[in-house]
Order: sequence, then C-alpha cells, then structure tokens
Amino acid sequence: MTDYKGIAVFCEIKDGKLLPIAAEGLGAGRKLADSLGQDLSAIVIGSGVAGIAPSAITFGASKVYSIDAPVFKDYNADAYVKALEKAATQIMPAVIIMGQTDTGRDLAPRLAFKLGTAATMDCVDLSIDPVSKRLLQTKPVYGGNAQAIFITDTDPQIVTIRTKAMTAPAPDNLRKGEVIDVSVDVEETDIRTKVVNRVVEEVAGIKLEDAQVVVVGGRGIGGADGFKQLEELAKLLKGAVGASRPPCDNGWIPDTVQIGLTGKIIAPELYIAIAISGSSQHMSGCSGSKTIVAINKDKEANIFRHARFGVVGDWKKVLPAFTARVKE
Amino acid sequence: MNIIVFVKQVIDPEAPPSTFKIDSASNKAEMRGAPPVLDPYGQYAVEASLKIKEAKGARVTIISLGSGLMRDVVKKPLAMGADELILLEDEAFTNGDSWSTAEALAAAVRKTGQFDIILCGRESSDTNAGQTGAIVAGILGLPCVILARKIEVSGSKAVIEKVTSSGFDVVEVPLPAVITVSNEVGEPRYPTIKGIMAAKKVQPIVWKPADIGLDTSKTGAAGKRLKIQKLFQPVNEGKCEFAAGETPEEQAANLALKLREAKAL
Ligand SMILES: Cc1cc2nc3c(=O)[nH]c(=O)nc-3n(C[C@H](O)[C@H](O)[C@H](O)COP(=O)(O)OP(=O)(O)OC[C@H]3O[C@@H](n4cnc5c(N)ncnc54)[C@H](O)[C@@H]3O)c2cc1C
Ligand SMILES: Nc1ncnc2c1ncn2[C@@H]1O[C@H](COP(=O)(O)O)[C@@H](O)[C@H]1O
Repeated sequence: MTDYKGIAVFCEIKDGKLLPIAAEGLGAGRKLADSLGQDLSAIVIGSGVAGIAPSAITFGASKVYSIDAPVFKDYNADAYVKALEKAATQIMPAVIIMGQTDTGRDLAPRLAFKLGTAATMDCVDLSIDPVSKRLLQTKPVYGGNAQAIFITDTDPQIVTIRTKAMTAPAPDNLRKGEVIDVSVDVEETDIRTKVVNRVVEEVAGIKLEDAQVVVVGGRGIGGADGFKQLEELAKLLKGAVGASRPPCDNGWIPDTVQIGLTGKIIAPELYIAIAISGSSQHMSGCSGSKTIVAINKDKEANIFRHARFGVVGDWKKVLPAFTARVKE
Repeated sequence: MNIIVFVKQVIDPEAPPSTFKIDSASNKAEMRGAPPVLDPYGQYAVEASLKIKEAKGARVTIISLGSGLMRDVVKKPLAMGADELILLEDEAFTNGDSWSTAEALAAAVRKTGQFDIILCGRESSDTNAGQTGAIVAGILGLPCVILARKIEVSGSKAVIEKVTSSGFDVVEVPLPAVITVSNEVGEPRYPTIKGIMAAKKVQPIVWKPADIGLDTSKTGAAGKRLKIQKLFQPVNEGKCEFAAGETPEEQAANLALKLREAKAL
C-alpha cells in the first residue's frame, strides 16, 4: 500500500472549461495532499484539451496528466475507464477524487473494479485519519437520514464528491506546474456501449443550478396548472422553478428539475418549498440553501424542521397572497 | 429471453424521518414502528422487466440477498408478475460492501445459467451507493448501462434511454448486459389479487454460499474492502419562525415582511 502516494483529481471538462466540481475536487484534494505531505495531481480527458489542462494548475495541482485524443471528445464509459485505468497505473495515487456527476457516477465503480479497490460515492467530507493516514470518507446514507464514515482497505481509495459540498479555491494564475501527456489506445473492441443520440431537455430561463432563488413544488401542488403559479413567483424573483420527485414522476414538470438525492443538488440563497413534506431524500438536494422557506398545510411536516421561515396553510390561498406582496 | 432482477429488503425509506433511529453498537439503522419493504429502485427494476416481458415475452427471475427476509416482502415481485424467486439467505452473505455483495449475486447469476439481461435498481435506499450493477457486470465481464428510463430489446442488443442531468442519452448495448433502472421508467405496477394468491403458493429457492460455489471469504463482511467506521445522524437544530395571521393574506404579508427583514427578499 505504501507504493501508492499522492492525491489525483479527475477534472471533468465541459464546453471548453473545467467544471466547477473539478475545482471543488482540487480544493479538497489540496487539503488532503497537504495533510499527507504529498503531491496533488489532476487528470484531464478530452479532445483538444491542451489549452484547458493548465487551468487545473491554477486551482492547486502540481502535475496535470492529460489524455487528449479524438476518441475522448464525448464521454464514453468504456473509453474513459480505460484512460483512467492507464493514468492511475502511471500515477499510483493513494486517493482518486471525482465529482458525483453523470460521468463520475458511471465511472467510479467501474474504475474501482478494474483497479481491484472500492469506491465511495457522493462524499460530503474528506479528511485524513491522523493515525492510520487513511482517507476518512463521509457520505450520506439512508437517503440522507444518516451519514457514514467509511475507510477503504485497498488502494487507490476512490471517491466521488457531492456538488457544492467542498469549496473551490480561488484560481492562482502564477502557480507553476507541469503538464504530462499520457497516450491511451482505444480499440474498436474496447467500446461495448455506444451513445447514439444525446437529447437535451433543458427548460427555458435561468438554470436551476445557477439560480439564486428557487421556487419548488411538491406532490401537494396537484398538477401542471399549479406549477404555473410557482413560475409566476419565480419570474418575479428572477429565479427558477424546481420540484420534488412526485411532480416529475407525474409529468407535471420535466424530470430535469427534480431536486434531491437522485436529482439536482443546489444551494441557492432562497429556497421556497411549497407543498413538500421534506423527505430526507429531497432535503439532500437543498439543505445547503441559505434560507429555506416552507408553505405546508401540515404543521408537523418535516420540512419545518429545516425551514427558517414557515407558513402553515393551504398553498392555494397563501401563494397568491404572497406573490401579490412580493410585487409591491 | 431470460431476465434476472436483483431486489433487496430495506427499512422503509418513506417512513417519517422522525422515526429513524441508529443503533451505534452495530452501526445499523431502523425506522421505528415501520415494517421493512422492498427497495424502491429494485421495484422500478421489476417494473422494467415486466415491461420487456409484455413486449417480447421473457422469463423473469428475482434474486434477493440478505438475512431475515420476510416472505411477504420478497415475494412482491412474484405478485407483480415475475416467474421465479431465488433467495441468497445466509448470515455469511450479509454486512458486505458493494463488491462482496456483488460477488454473491454474480455467482448466483452464473448458477442460473441462462440470462440475457440483468436488471438492478440505480441505488438502494439504505446504502445510496449505486455500485452493485457495475460491479456485477465487472465480475461477469458484461457491459453495463446505468440509469435506464426505457429499455427496448431488438435482436441481440438493447437500446436504452439513460437519464442524464440535462435530459437523456440513447445508448446501444449488446446483450447480455447489466442495466440499472431509474424511477423515470414508470411507477411499479400494483400486484393483482390473482398475483398475490399465486405468489403465496411459490416456494422460493434458497441458496447458501456452498450452493453457488462461493468461497465465504469473498462474500459478506469477510469479503469487504470498504469498512464503516461510524454511522451517525447529522444534527439539525434549525428553528422555524412561523408567519402568523388570522387569514392566509395576513400570513403571506407577515412572511414577506420577515423575509425582507432578513434581507432574503
Ligand atoms: C433512493 C431514493 C431516492 C429518492 N430521491 C428523491 C429525490 O432526489 N428528490 C425527491 O424529491 N424525492 C426523492 N425520493 C422520494 C422521497 O422519498 C419522497 O417520496 C418525496 O420527496 C416526497 O415528495 P413530496 O414532499 O412532494 O410529497 P409528499 O411527501 O407526499 O408531501 C406532500 C406535502 O404536501 C403538503 N400539502 C398537500 N396539499 C397541500 C396544500 N393544499 N397546501 C399546502 N400543503 C399541502 C402535505 O402536507 C405534504 O407535506 C427518493 C426516494 C428514494 C427511496
Ligand atoms: N442484497 C441485495 N440483494 C439483491 N439485490 C441487491 C442487493 N444489494 C444491492 N442490490 C441491487 O443493486 C441495486 C443498487 O444497490 P447499491 O449498489 O447498494 O446502491 C439495488 O437497487 C438492487 O437492485
């Protein structure tokens, strides 16, 4: 196990930039590397990413391993696993960090299997055990009702991290580092799953992930018509509309606005939860919000244990009155 | 066509959070007063298998690993329309991590012999891991597609709509393959009365490690790479300020006032 040293962060690239979660991973990785007195590396995979690779250095990496070839233009599980396996074998890091994104969720377990080790998904805290020097991986379990601290016995210790759970450092453009090219051959026979089409169903207006105000409806909204009233308030506050799972499952609103453990994880300034009971799985997606406001007819609803401000009442009566007040 | 579906017995994830309790000696949790249920995402996987069965005809075999499995719980897929139930019920199988659980599930799959599709849930409601499918695929040397919302079998391949954060990908995979299922596949059907009656009569097949040729050092707690050090409930001391009022209008006005005072509006 002592052969494995340092922290490596797989930094995802989208639209010619590192994803914010990559910087968050580098921020977390830097702290771990410092407490171990070891190196922090980044791994980037893509096509034509030479210009992007150095930005990982500005966020704290001292080495960037760059895997750059046309086959890596879009994410493909088989190709990317092969690339990461090669990088991991070359770097021999004690820890590999990636984001709990569409990609990380798919990659981490496969990579762990290939490397004969374990992955811990969706970590919200990472630290080094002062005695054993192993990685302490804190992860929500039971839908967010509890958290568990895990330790991996094998190396590398692979984790994915939850969006916005860790802080991204400010970029330092003067930081020096080295970019190392790694070449990976992907054969036709390596590719078993093929993406034949990508369908984007993004809703118009401000993106949920970027909105500072989010107006969120639950099962108690009762139908697509109700969500129109939520949209009115969201527009007024220059925010976005979200939902718990039932409205998505019922087709009242697109699946892509689901918030929670298996939906999006957001942390806006203001989160207005309307007719939502506050299940642990839902709260997993919004508990980092600065101010949570709840409107619910049941004063015992769990959402009031998370909310800073609340109204006990029928949303159909409270919401129009509230919207009118906001307009003033 | 042969479809295998993995389902798991769990504590009820929909029980009120206030009933959730941890036993710190064993690092296990319970929902006080709520009986165990079948893992919701496992049920979505069963639903996906029955949709394929309706479209193409298939034999659906359910495999569940655990101890103290309540027959009413694990027989639910049979009542929904699955054909066969295999239980890996032995203490040696339990308290594992994703890998040591997958070892046993994969060994059981091998023993069944014939399979075209293996379905499991996108993540179970207790571990929230979402790893079992990928590891079973790794052990069996099969391709794996996660987060399916639609599965269409055509010849020797499956065309899958895979949920993404901005919509979905259409993915083609040769069979046999492992596919994990998301809730967008559609609500699990209710068992029919006829189905429940028929399920009552079915005797599940029970396999022990020796029955599936599994070395007990590879499964359950003995085969773990990932150890749990501590299980705890995060403290949540939020204090809610209620906006008072005789009428909804008064409440709403009060709420707006409080939010403005807190500079949240
Ligand atoms: C593994 C797993 C993952 C999951 N992931 C997610 C996830 O990512 N996101 C998610 O949201 N859920 C998720 N769920 C589902 C979750 O467990 C809950 O079922 C869901 O969050 C409940 O949504 P809800 O609060 O809208 O509905 P309910 O729990 O039914 O609550 C509806 C609320 O509306 C109130 N209400 C009704 N009518 C009115 C009215 N007229 N005025 C005011 N209030 C009213 C009621 O008092 C009630 O509190 C997941 C479940 C599992 C097992
Ligand atoms: N003990 C088990 N028995 C049967 N299936 C399981 C078991 N554990 C996990 N699975 C399957 O794997 C899926 C994902 O589980 P997990 O990787 O623990 O999140 C579940 O939804 C089940 O389909």
